[in-house]
Amino acid sequence: MSGQNQAGLVLGQEIGAEEQAPARRPGRVGIGVGKWLLPVYCTLALIFLLIPIVYTIVFSFNDSVRTNISWRGFTLDNWLGVCNEPGVCEAFGNSILIGVSATVIATVLGTMIAIALVRYRFKFRAATNLLLFLPMATPEVVMGAGLAAQFLTAGVPKGIGTIIVAHAMFCLSFVVVTVKARVASLDPALEDAGRDLYGSPSQVFWRITFPLLVPGILAAALLSFSLSFDDFIITYFNSGAVNTFPTFIYTAATRGIPAEANVIASAVFLLAIAVVLIGQLSANARRKRAAIR
Amino acid sequence: MARGLFAESGADLKLVGVRKQFPGYTAVEELDLTVPAGTFFALLGPSGCGKTTTLRLVAGLEEPTAGRILIGGTDVTDTKPYRRPVNTVFQSYALFPHMTVLENVAFGLRRRGIGDPVEKAHAALRLVELDHLADRKPAQLSGGQQQRVALARAVVNRPALLLLDEPLGALDLKLRRQMQLELKNIQSEVGLTFVHVTHDQEEAMTMADTVAVMNRGRIEQIGAPEEIYELPRTAFVANFLGQSNLFGGTVAESGSGAFGVDVAGRRILVPIDRAQRTTGAVTVGVRPEKLLLVTEEPAPMAGVNVLGPGRVTDVSFSGVSTQYLIDVPHVGTVIVFAQNLVFGPVVEPGAEVWVTWRVEHGFGLADAPAASALEQAHEALVSGVEG
Repeated sequence: MSGQNQAGLVLGQEIGAEEQAPARRPGRVGIGVGKWLLPVYCTLALIFLLIPIVYTIVFSFNDSVRTNISWRGFTLDNWLGVCNEPGVCEAFGNSILIGVSATVIATVLGTMIAIALVRYRFKFRAATNLLLFLPMATPEVVMGAGLAAQFLTAGVPKGIGTIIVAHAMFCLSFVVVTVKARVASLDPALEDAGRDLYGSPSQVFWRITFPLLVPGILAAALLSFSLSFDDFIITYFNSGAVNTFPTFIYTAATRGIPAEANVIASAVFLLAIAVVLIGQLSANARRKRAAIR
Repeated sequence: MARGLFAESGADLKLVGVRKQFPGYTAVEELDLTVPAGTFFALLGPSGCGKTTTLRLVAGLEEPTAGRILIGGTDVTDTKPYRRPVNTVFQSYALFPHMTVLENVAFGLRRRGIGDPVEKAHAALRLVELDHLADRKPAQLSGGQQQRVALARAVVNRPALLLLDEPLGALDLKLRRQMQLELKNIQSEVGLTFVHVTHDQEEAMTMADTVAVMNRGRIEQIGAPEEIYELPRTAFVANFLGQSNLFGGTVAESGSGAFGVDVAGRRILVPIDRAQRTTGAVTVGVRPEKLLLVTEEPAPMAGVNVLGPGRVTDVSFSGVSTQYLIDVPHVGTVIVFAQNLVFGPVVEPGAEVWVTWRVEHGFGLADAPAASALEQAHEALVSGVEG
């Protein structure tokens, strides 16, 4: 897993760390080297992390002709006519479609499995736990090839359907792990109280269990989507003629990546940053409101 | 207070031969119990004695392995928890963290489709004096406030039966005493049947009309607090509910009103009507505050038992009273609580003393004599601490 999503996450953490740093400083007595070593190190690390992203964003404004390697001048054409380059938008659309479908399937199934694993004792519970761990431990190449062989044997034509199935499969494990932690931290007495207060099983689930699991489920869904959107190896084995955004970039790289791909990559990156910022700001606002009361 | 809102009265609870087995152990064995309507009933016992399981069985959160549960004469054994006229105040309060205090209290009313849920929830919050915090989330309340919200959330439904699962356990002593009084007031105000589970014997005695002492899945004794305290039937009850001095001996004579037991060379008289066994090897006992400490050997007197001489091994002054530990040869340690009538303790450790008590204060237990009274006291103390 590499690319814009991961970089975005790391950057998000860096922003968080910078916010905390000033609060710590007054307590520390600087001794010569320590005073400048850490800031220099941090700046270098930030530059190292940011260069590929900045490069991608800058070259999304490049007035390229056939290849997008050398700077030829500033233009907004790539941003305004992002779908003019054949294949870019189609691949992006496919990635969105696959990501959303796989996320929905994996999140719904994974949430149910997580609740079952924590709340109930049943036969093959331990085996289920182990099986769910396997997709995370198996090298992606092996899993991709295995799935491809399986689809071939079963006679399923490769396409969007097979990619969704493959993605839902490996996302499922991550959803179960994420949601399971949330279910385990849920006091069973809350559900008991719901039943005791005249809530039928479905009312208890939708009014108590589910709302309390929502943060975990949302985190799992976001993780699923970014894993699916980002995936290259497993997709490559099972995509047939269909291109997703990562496979499109890979094939395009041999003859020069079009600037439109930079536009989409930049847009995804900016969107991810925006989501993180909005999340942090609204959490801050909530904390402030709680403090005022 | 809005009595009209809580117009109905509580119902009685009846357990008939209830047993609950979990894989590997039996939590509740053959429980037969009747709680009269409108009373405050306490289930008292150490942790792991089955009292919380009993409560969960009544609430319907567990299914009994055998036996029937009747509320107000109706068999509810196979009724789902959300259809039982029962509400519980949980040990952890179990307030829904994603809802406001008001939503928490209105939850039960809404589920049953009762009219004016908001108005009724406010009334219940006024009852526990927390209406001004109705819009807060549970996490913004103190422990005592959360406990009162949990109580309001249960009481607002007018259940025939209110179950309290050690709801005061997490509070500090002062708040606990205050909440005990409030609970008792609310119970008499709303007239519900309260079943209160606790391991705190003082709490059970001050609050309940009837106390049932549970041990190892069984009820050892049931009755009014003073009745159980003054006349315990088993060594467990004698030591779990307060402290006791227990002596093992053999019955040597049997008179008209009392029988004599030989304890370490002394003849101890016990009233026949206060004893469970009157022949063979018996355990007899007396409460520490009934004992009198004397520094000279008392002259034999009718109606008074004497033990001693012994040596004072420990004196601890607690303001209102002083506790003396006295080592009596062949008997073990005898505990004496003396009211602090003069200034401070009357004897020092090492002093030679005798203890006396009136014959009618003694009691005879159903148990066979144990190794020593101290061992049992220790056992009860340990199980009390664990709970």
